[in-house]
Formats: sequence, C-alpha cells, structure tokens
Amino acid sequence: MEPPPKNDREEIMGWFGSKRSAESAKERLQLVLIHDRTDLTPTELTSLKDEILEVISRHIDIDSNAVQIAVEHDGRQQRLVADIPLRSVVRRRTG
Amino acid sequence: MTAQVITVSSGKGGVGKTTTVANIAVALAANGVKVVCLDGDIGLRNLDVVMGLENRIVYDIVDVIEGRCKLRQAMIRDKHLPDLYLIPAAQTRDKNAVSPSDMVRICNDLRPDVDFVIIDSPAGIERGFRNAIAPADRVLVVTNPEVSAVRDADRVIGILEAEEKRSPALIINRLNHALVKQHDMLSPEDVLDLLGIPLIGIVPEDESVIVGSNRGTPVAQDPKSRAGQAFRNIAKRIKGEEVPFLDTEKQAGLWNRLQKMTGRK
Repeated sequence: MEPPPKNDREEIMGWFGSKRSAESAKERLQLVLIHDRTDLTPTELTSLKDEILEVISRHIDIDSNAVQIAVEHDGRQQRLVADIPLRSVVRRRTG
Repeated sequence: MTAQVITVSSGKGGVGKTTTVANIAVALAANGVKVVCLDGDIGLRNLDVVMGLENRIVYDIVDVIEGRCKLRQAMIRDKHLPDLYLIPAAQTRDKNAVSPSDMVRICNDLRPDVDFVIIDSPAGIERGFRNAIAPADRVLVVTNPEVSAVRDADRVIGILEAEEKRSPALIINRLNHALVKQHDMLSPEDVLDLLGIPLIGIVPEDESVIVGSNRGTPVAQDPKSRAGQAFRNIAKRIKGEEVPFLDTEKQAGLWNRLQKMTGRK
C-alpha cells in the first residue's frame, strides 16, 4: 500500500501539533467581539488604518513597516491604539 | 417589603436560562423569602414544566394584562415551597400581547408584597427581551463556555449598557472541568476576560439538572447535586452574602485524585 500523500500526513500532524481548541476559541472571540462592539468589519478597519497612515505621512515621514494599529480592550472599554514610529530626518545645521 | 426585580437573560437560546430561573427561585424561597417567578417567553412557555407546575395553570400573564383575572389569581403556588409563586407565560401566538410598560406595571404591583421577582427572558434581543428587562433592577446574563453563547452574551451586555441597566452580572453555566483542564473548553477566566462584567456564579455541567427537570423538581432542592449547590450559592450572593466560588478541585477527575494520592503535583 502506498503511504498517504504528504499533504494529508501534514494535515494529520497539524491536528496533534496545533494549539488546543480553547485557545482558538478565545482568539476568535476576541476578534469577533471587537467587530461586534465597534460595528466595524475587518475590511473597514483595514481602510481606517490605511487612511490614518495616509494623513499622517502627508505631514511627517513614517516607518510604514513598523506601524501597529489595533483595537484593544480593557474590560468593556474599546480603544484604538496606534504605534507609529517616525523616520528620523538628519537635519543640516545652517550657519 | 420592596421586591428586587431580577431578569435572567442570555441572547442565545438553550444555555439554561429557564433552569437558572427555577433554581435560583427555589433556592431563594427555601429560606422563607417570598419569590415570584415570571415567565417572559410568550408563546413558548416552559418555566411551568421545569418547576413542575404545568397542571395547575388556570390564568396566565396575558389574562392579567387584558383584565380577565386579578394578578393574585394568576400566581400559582409551588408544590413544596409555600413562599414561591409562578406567573406563567401565555401560549398565544401574538407576541405583542405584552408591552414593556405592562411588565413594569405588573412588577410594581408585586413589589410591596414580595422579596424577589425573577423574570425568565426569552432568547433573542427583540420584543420579549425588551419586555423582560424593562422592569429589572438587576440583570443576570447566563452563558455557556462556548463561542456562540459568549458572543450572544456580549451583544446582550452591550444592549444593557446602552439602556443604562445597572451592572449586569454573569453566570457561567455547564462548565465541564475535565474539558477546561485539557484546554478544550474556555475557562471561567477566559470568559470573564472576554465579557468584562462581574461573575455571580459558575454552574458545573451536571446530569442531575436533566433528572430534575424531567421530574419538575429543580436541583437546588437536592442537597447532593453539585449544580444545585452552585445555584444555592448564586441565591446567597443575590442576597448579598459573600460565598467563595465552588472549589474547582472538587470536580477534578479520577486522574487528578490519583495524582494526589501518590503525592504528585
């Protein structure tokens, strides 16, 4: 008999190697509750982030690869937290 | 006397609202406290069978509202507990037979004569739910440690916040400690972290609950039932007593006991 193709075997290994289901449940709920509470779809949240960055980068140079924008929750309080590192500009002294 | 009106709600159906109402009511009334249960699930009445009072119904809540009987006549006295009463829901199809102001009026009529009015809210977040929360001084949200129940509980809590209903409290029902231990069920800490409201009870999954509802005798009356103990503790907390949460070690499985016997941690 032939051994199962590699993909299947990987999938079976994945079942055992993956995190326990309670952890998945909590992570999935955290995301879905953010969207339920804010009434923002994941797509809308992405475009919100893009627009924020667009406005800011019109004024200052930002390190777009290191940007972190996420909705965080503290109890029942929702908070949009943005961490936007700025690119340092080498200023030339005049005079 | 001025009764406290407590509404038990959940969003999702089938999480154990009706069982919770029956058990909390039985536990409260067992100590000489006067309790009236009000079934708010018009068209799908169930609290009567869970309490074992289905054969005694003459009038229901819609008969009171439409003036076919006096409030007293619709109050059915419990078989065992002389201080416990049920006002049953109607089996009418007309969901608009009851309004939020009807509920407020009935509760205000009851307030001078009893200690607690406990309202069983229907599932969902529509009219019946709005009726059930309208007169509430306090709302208990029942959930199961399971994704859809937690999500729906969060919706209900959000609505209660918007309606400025003061601080709801959470009951986690049907907790399976063995599954939590093997990380295949959300733990009480997980659920509390997600929902962000205070806890008032954790009820373990327990076969005696089904046996109790089969017989029409809520398990809070069974001194040996673990779920019954949890419901009695919730009743004490409602009355303002400080009761520690059930020791999770007590529900630990055989493996855990073996480990303890051999002194391994």
